[in-house]
Amino acid sequence: MFFRMVFGTFVRQWKKMLMIAFTIALGASLATAMLSVMLDVGDKVNQELKAYGANITVVPKQSSVLDDLYEIEGGQSTGTYLREDELGKIKTIFWAFNIVDYAPFISARATLDDGSEVTVVGSWFNHHMDLPTGEQLDAGMNSLRSWWEIKEGAWLNEQTAENENMAMVGVELADKLDLHVGDPVHVIGTVQDATYTVAGIFDAGGDEDGQIFVPLDSAQALDDLDGCIDSIEVSALTTPDNELAQKAAKDPGSLSISQYETWYCTAYVSSICFQIQEVITDSVASAVRQVADSEGEILEKTELLMLLITILSMIGAALGICNLVTASVMERSSEIGLMKAIGAHNGAVTGLVLTEIIITAIIGGCVGFVVGAGFAQIIGQTVFSSSITIQPMVIPLVAVLVVLVTLIGSMPAVRMLLHLEPAEVLHGR
Amino acid sequence: MSLLELKNVYKIYGDLHALDDVNLKVEKGEWLAIMGPSGSGKSTMMNIIGCMDKPSKGEVLLDGVNIAAESAKNLTNIRRDKIGLIFQQFHLVNYLTAVENVMLAQYYHSIPDEKEALEALERVGLADRAKHLPSQLSGGEQQRVCVARALINHPEIILADEPTGNLDDANEEIVVELFRKLHEEGTTLIVVTHDPEVAETAQRMVVLRNGKISKETVNENFTGHIRFH
Ligand SMILES: Nc1ncnc2c1ncn2[C@@H]1O[C@H](COP(=O)(O)OP(=O)(O)O)[C@@H](O)[C@H]1O
Ligand SMILES: [Mg+2]
Repeated sequence: MFFRMVFGTFVRQWKKMLMIAFTIALGASLATAMLSVMLDVGDKVNQELKAYGANITVVPKQSSVLDDLYEIEGGQSTGTYLREDELGKIKTIFWAFNIVDYAPFISARATLDDGSEVTVVGSWFNHHMDLPTGEQLDAGMNSLRSWWEIKEGAWLNEQTAENENMAMVGVELADKLDLHVGDPVHVIGTVQDATYTVAGIFDAGGDEDGQIFVPLDSAQALDDLDGCIDSIEVSALTTPDNELAQKAAKDPGSLSISQYETWYCTAYVSSICFQIQEVITDSVASAVRQVADSEGEILEKTELLMLLITILSMIGAALGICNLVTASVMERSSEIGLMKAIGAHNGAVTGLVLTEIIITAIIGGCVGFVVGAGFAQIIGQTVFSSSITIQPMVIPLVAVLVVLVTLIGSMPAVRMLLHLEPAEVLHGR
Repeated sequence: MSLLELKNVYKIYGDLHALDDVNLKVEKGEWLAIMGPSGSGKSTMMNIIGCMDKPSKGEVLLDGVNIAAESAKNLTNIRRDKIGLIFQQFHLVNYLTAVENVMLAQYYHSIPDEKEALEALERVGLADRAKHLPSQLSGGEQQRVCVARALINHPEIILADEPTGNLDDANEEIVVELFRKLHEEGTTLIVVTHDPEVAETAQRMVVLRNGKISKETVNENFTGHIRFH
């Protein structure tokens, strides 16, 4: 009988019920999309920020000072260099295990056959190291620049191409010179000239697209700079900064001994920088975390925005439900009055109406969830260009939100039900 | 002891006395008609007797229990167990069939029993209309479904507020005939009407005016059959 009546309501008030389901579906889909994106992209982007890209650069002391004074673009030679033979020491510092990747850089100004200038950068690609600790590490551009899009060919493999002069060419330069994989490029350095074979063409989306990347020694040979490097990029896992770290970053000398020890033995980016400076002669190591930090901040703000949208959509849904359910109950007031007149208690009537609405909410919620999962993919692809995995946590969260919003939205209608007097509605006065 | 007794009952809205010191006794098995012009307080009295409203002052004894002092929850139970209601506007649930409408009263009373519900429909001559929706029934047929619904739980009193107000003469006669049968079976009937022909079929008639009982007559030649003038 109960279900016959619930069913009857759906048949008779299907338009209203559809509207209620639609309202709930709308709210649920927004909540699903926002929560999915929030829970998934947040993690993903944070992981990416940690996993890729350098967060510390090391440059010669003088170069750093000059850079600061004259704001000279990085990469331009200032006559002072770091020493290649000290590179291994980076893996001997206190926080060596937190150094996941690093690569040295040397840039040489060279001339192409047509007389135009080109920057040839020497670095490591998949540089293999046997560390004094017995550990082995493959470090270099292949992982440090993993976001490069390889348009043609593949990453240069240092280990198999040891005796060949291979190069990675930026997509802009390759277009200009009409270069393809396997083609030779001839460059003239200040001391020597060289002919490289194109191993791969990359799109980095920046200045690097106009440059040539070659193994470290090839670039050094062009300018006769054996054993010299311009800079080192280091990717390290770090602990988020706190007050102590900020104070130390300004001047480690200002710390008390115990503060200094705490700081030195924590993987703050500033303490790792400090330790790198200790092992690399005449160097300045500094954090390039600002980029990552501001990205993290934007992400946080985006998450806040999404949370706000979720809350607003839920409030909107609650208001919509409130209107629709109240209208539905009002339309049925004489029917409900009659039920009360023939002996239905408040609990029975409320139960009936809430059952109808909860069933509607479940249907609307499920549809909304599916649509919202789709939304999440669209948002993921267009905004964050990554697909979104729906975290299992989203399902109970959305379910709880839907039930809560439905119940809150139904409150005024339930109040009306409780106060509805059969005598008021049954005798047409 | 009377089945129903109203003692000095008042119902006051602001300074309007919808019921003004009403005293009335109804014996078990009696068939009573209540007459009066519109606004005289007939529905107000029916609501109080039917446990859907409480008097402002006074006592209403039903089976010796003062229902004026009961809680809303108890009133619902008393109404469910002792009273069958019939309204002018029928008030059938329009997505339930005739038999389901009867079963609805069983559902809120105890448990639905389709066989019993069909028997009730048979008593009002609607066995062949059991599976019809209210919209597929004539006004008279709808009111007969309401009678079946009112009697399904064997109430002590059947209260009918203008039961024939929306019916033509032929259907009026059929409904009155049903009342006569119920009366013969010993059911107490209180029928509100402003139609003298319907009122004259009852054993006793009370006339309300401005919330007061202005006249009480006993029908000397009571037959239970309607006579059209
Ligand atoms: N809830 C109410 N609030 C105010 N006045 C009411 C209310 N119910 C009934 N009345 C008034 O009480 C009087 C009697 O009404 P009612 O019992 O419905 O008359 P009737 O004899 O036509 O059935 C009328 O004047 C009506 O306006
Ligand atoms: Mg009335």
